[in-house]
Amino acid sequence: MTATDAPPTRPRPRQQPGDRVFAGSAKGAGILILVILAGVAIFLITEAFPAFTADSADLPGGEGLFSYVAPLVFGTLIAAVLALIVATPLAVGIALFITYYAPRRIAAALGYVVDLLAAIPSVVYGFWGIFALAPAMVPFYGWAEDNLGFLPFFAGPASATGRTMLTAGLVLAVMILPIISAISREVFSQAPALHREAALALGATRWEMIKMAVLPYGKSGVIGGAMLGLGRALGETLAIALVLSVSGGITFNLISSSNPSTIAANIALQFPESTGLAVSTLIASGLVLFVITLLVNMLARYVVNRRADFSGAN
Amino acid sequence: MAKRIDVSDLDIFYGAFKAVEGVNVSIEPRSVTALIGPSGCGKSTFLRSLNRMHEVIPGARVEGKVVIDGQDLYGSDVDPVDVRRQIGMVFQRPNPFPTMSIYDNVVAGVRLNAKKMKKSDLDDLVESSLQGANLWNEVKDRLSRPGSGLSGGQQQRLCIARAIAVQPEVLLMDEPCSALDPISTLAIEDLMTELKDRFTIVIVTHNMQQAARVSEQTGFFNLNGVGQPGRLIEFNPTEKIFSNPDQKATEDYISGRFG
Repeated sequence: MTATDAPPTRPRPRQQPGDRVFAGSAKGAGILILVILAGVAIFLITEAFPAFTADSADLPGGEGLFSYVAPLVFGTLIAAVLALIVATPLAVGIALFITYYAPRRIAAALGYVVDLLAAIPSVVYGFWGIFALAPAMVPFYGWAEDNLGFLPFFAGPASATGRTMLTAGLVLAVMILPIISAISREVFSQAPALHREAALALGATRWEMIKMAVLPYGKSGVIGGAMLGLGRALGETLAIALVLSVSGGITFNLISSSNPSTIAANIALQFPESTGLAVSTLIASGLVLFVITLLVNMLARYVVNRRADFSGAN
Repeated sequence: MAKRIDVSDLDIFYGAFKAVEGVNVSIEPRSVTALIGPSGCGKSTFLRSLNRMHEVIPGARVEGKVVIDGQDLYGSDVDPVDVRRQIGMVFQRPNPFPTMSIYDNVVAGVRLNAKKMKKSDLDDLVESSLQGANLWNEVKDRLSRPGSGLSGGQQQRLCIARAIAVQPEVLLMDEPCSALDPISTLAIEDLMTELKDRFTIVIVTHNMQQAARVSEQTGFFNLNGVGQPGRLIEFNPTEKIFSNPDQKATEDYISGRFG
């Protein structure tokens, strides 16, 4: 401090060239994401526009855009939700086993194997679904029809090939398992030792410690991982296109051979033979998928933020 | 409720490394026993061996005996989980569960015992535990708010309330005030003086004035050199340790000549 009475001007923070380059490139990257997203949205809207205005008789199916897209939306959602229901508990279990139960050697090997699942191309999953999983599921479908037929999900008639919605959902479940378990594993392993020790010092068993100090801390991470998995399941194309036997509309029957297709698989299958208005219709269905994915992500964010006070981040 | 702790020939290892060697000590019930010594001398390790918390670290083990009221904590049929239910612990950094409310933090240990308690009994327990920790008046209007929203000193008292809510026999405190300001420290020290009527308290501290203020007995840990195991050099009434210790090393340490 000197005795000069100069007006207190705030000193400008010194900026090195490195700071400016970093700030600029980070800002640029952030803006680029928005530009790409906006570009995709604009492309989808302009290309799909003819399908919105066209006479419903001219569209594929001949009954209007809504009745064309609705079964696809339904098929997309049901396949993805099935996958999520199967994959999330399994992935959380795997992640907990790897982080807190398995001996260190086994944990590393197992983690590596699960990550490897993510590296398998989806066409391989598709073939695995057709040639291995679907035939293996046929006896179960027959049994389910006989014994659980009172549930709408197992009303039958059971598919003879096994290429059903349930099979498709299971293939998707295996595909999204690695991403959910990888993210869960990451957040579980970061649960603070401070809180884990607090639980143990109160006399918690390992499972109770996990319930008190690990799961609450990892919850938002698990939800985030599940949503990423859901995003992948919603958009998965090739495996569904290969596995699912498509013919039919909206149904909760998971084991028959007449299933609604999914948006992405339908686009892949129909696009080569489509021209004109049919292409616009497909792109319109793609726009719907885009909106669904956006809503799912916003919902996930809402769920994660809802109890931010208690999240452990403060 | 408060119990006596007898430790005989205790060696503590981390893998192949011997961290603490040959501890023999009797800790009196209904009193505060302070453990002092330079950093890395094994006093926290020793404290954590009293409720088998050091086993949380892979490879950690002990040889020797820790007997509480006739029961060997390291007997082959003793579950460490049961040990920790009898012997509460308060840590250096306040660690209330951030995902739980103040109320749920206090009853967290009780809920673990899987006893179904009536809501009114739980309410009473929360009030008496928080009062026991001198926190009730500050938080009674916001029991449903997260515990992590409290100040550091309040969080530490919440952790003490959580530890005493399960009615442990012994309360271990690992530098409970080292992350707190002097006023919060005073509050916790007053609390210890109240709690020692009901519990056997063992506290690790780097603050020698604190040891002198709160404890009846003091143990001085030291090690001969880096890589050597820590030893309990002297264990005597606090007054004697700080006025006329038996060992030269103790005198050097408390008079600030080293450490």
